Amino acid sequence: MKRIALLGMPNTGKSTLFNRLSGASARVGNWPGITVDLMSAKILLGGHIAELIDLPGLYDLHGFSDDEQVVRHFLSNHTVDLVMIVLNSSQIDRQLSLALQIKQLGLPTLLLLNMQDEAKRAGITIDTVTMAAQLGFPVQTISAKYGDGCPQALQAAALVLNTPVSTMPSPAHVAQLLEVDTQIEQTMHNIVKHAVQMPTQLNDETTDRIDRVLLHPWLGLPLFFLAMFLLFQFIFTAGKPLQDGMAWLLELFRTTALEPVFASLPAWLNGLLLDGIYNGIGTVAAFVPIIVLFFLVMSMVEDSGYLSRAAFLMDTLMAKMGLDGRGFVMVLMGFGCNVPALMGTRVMRSRPMRLLTMLVIPLSLCSARLQVFLFMIATLFAASQAAYIMFALYMVSFFTIFLTAILFKHQYKSTEPFILELPPYRFPTPRQIWLRGWQEVKHFLSRATKFIIIGVVLVWLLTHYPTNVAPASSATWAGQIGQLFAPVLNPIGIDTQLAIALIFGFVAKEIVVGSLAVIYGLQGDALSQQIAMNIDWVQGMSFMLFTLIYTPCLSTIATMKSESKSSGFMWLSIVWSLALAWLISFIFYQGARALGL
Amino acid sequence: MWKKFQPTVAAYVFTLNAVILVRIHPRPGQQGTIHAIHAEQALYQRLNALGFRIGKQIALIRRASFNGPLHVRIGATDIILRESEAQRIQLDLA
Repeated sequence: MKRIALLGMPNTGKSTLFNRLSGASARVGNWPGITVDLMSAKILLGGHIAELIDLPGLYDLHGFSDDEQVVRHFLSNHTVDLVMIVLNSSQIDRQLSLALQIKQLGLPTLLLLNMQDEAKRAGITIDTVTMAAQLGFPVQTISAKYGDGCPQALQAAALVLNTPVSTMPSPAHVAQLLEVDTQIEQTMHNIVKHAVQMPTQLNDETTDRIDRVLLHPWLGLPLFFLAMFLLFQFIFTAGKPLQDGMAWLLELFRTTALEPVFASLPAWLNGLLLDGIYNGIGTVAAFVPIIVLFFLVMSMVEDSGYLSRAAFLMDTLMAKMGLDGRGFVMVLMGFGCNVPALMGTRVMRSRPMRLLTMLVIPLSLCSARLQVFLFMIATLFAASQAAYIMFALYMVSFFTIFLTAILFKHQYKSTEPFILELPPYRFPTPRQIWLRGWQEVKHFLSRATKFIIIGVVLVWLLTHYPTNVAPASSATWAGQIGQLFAPVLNPIGIDTQLAIALIFGFVAKEIVVGSLAVIYGLQGDALSQQIAMNIDWVQGMSFMLFTLIYTPCLSTIATMKSESKSSGFMWLSIVWSLALAWLISFIFYQGARALGL
Repeated sequence: MWKKFQPTVAAYVFTLNAVILVRIHPRPGQQGTIHAIHAEQALYQRLNALGFRIGKQIALIRRASFNGPLHVRIGATDIILRESEAQRIQLDLA
């Protein structure tokens, strides 16, 4: 099988082209030694099945950023039959350097000049024949967004692939060449002089005008927060009915199809299949609508060019925490749901900064935790106090985020300079937006499903065994674990029943309230009265603080593992959040008791 | 009037940061030519790839509130960068 590497500078529409060429067939491949996800797809080209790989965007083949190292690593360890370089036509005068660097590797190459539509509007003309003659490989102008020139580009690619190559450079040879730094500035200057005509002034008037408002010294930040609030509201008001619908469908399928079929099975197997595995599938499915909506919105924010503007606006504050403005957008989104927010950190190309952002996101008070708090507050506090308690919990959430970022920023120090391009504002096409949402859901399902189902089954086992006792009671394994941890949990006011609820909470915070009903064997008002009798408000508050800070859910853990590609990092996140949860609950509980509350 | 903001290097040379300080007392759209880039290899390469090359025209568009990043324009490319990086770039003011 022929292998085609797609590479180019960031913001050149490389991934848009990849999506156009691959359709929805792309998948995340596994490449040894590479810590970022590389999308690849099989395409039919000139009678061959070729594997097209979307390499990360890079500025310089000899650069030192994480992505630049990934590209070098890839080219040094895998044979490549064709390199397709994607550059932005409007910025050809500086981006051509990358093409010249690739040329020195001696690999079969095709240069694609993207965003032809924008270049044409800006009055840039490029003589591709002259350029191709000087470069020594074919050059084709395209618009990946609208598809112009793409068939011709594929033909050109097929032609290069079918041209017999006398001496194909081996990856080892490429690796050697990659170590050499060379002077290309003069060559670039010559080619641009002969093949490119650019107007002297080519700034996008519309973009300038929008920026004057959106990046305004006083209006910029309020407008940013307003935009975030509206997007947030949109995702979760549109997401709620979709999630409810999904839950309703799953429940319907369970009661009408699965329960009658499994009724004849022994109770333990019935329980395992329905309460274990099927509930696990339901947990996974519940995230699908939110992930689709989140990435519909995120791809709009990202592709329109606003995300880099958010980085500009928020940088001062975030830099103090070792993060950047894009991280702030993800943390904010985490207040809706941590899972897509973690996946969204992929826009940050520096691995240390991305990991630091991933470490703080699970501390944001997501909508699932909100349900637990609303129930506990209604149970233990007067209605007039509710708003204050809720506000306090949000403050604690922000506090833990700041604390964690500041404590860990030296471990995850980003070596990459903060220099970002501000692309002109663009409208993403519906196709771009839809493909992104679809890809992200596929990604989540393929990476997280197994992990989540195993986790749900495990918790089901813990809370239902041994079989001769009441489910979720103190006599189950979960209850025994709760008692085992009593010396640790007593100082924070958490009894065995609440400890079992916390074990359920590992699966998902959505099921905590439901699990309390099972644990106490009561429903509705009776449950609230029982809890109010069993624990006082200090214990309840301590329980809420613990619930707020410790690991949000299995889906978050699974996403953490798949996005960081590191079990060690996943464990760090779990252990840190548990330790912080315990510490803060301890300080609160003992402090309150010391004050005689 | 520029003397006040001069860095230590030479009388006619200003860092981008100095231009910013000027801009706060109104000089929007201040332009200059890149005179030198004082940066280690990694940063130098990145700046180069983004179009920061000696002799190129550069314009300051704006700065974010609270001494935030700078928004500059080189040719057709708009770039934001922090003060720490901007200080590495010496300009001849237009």
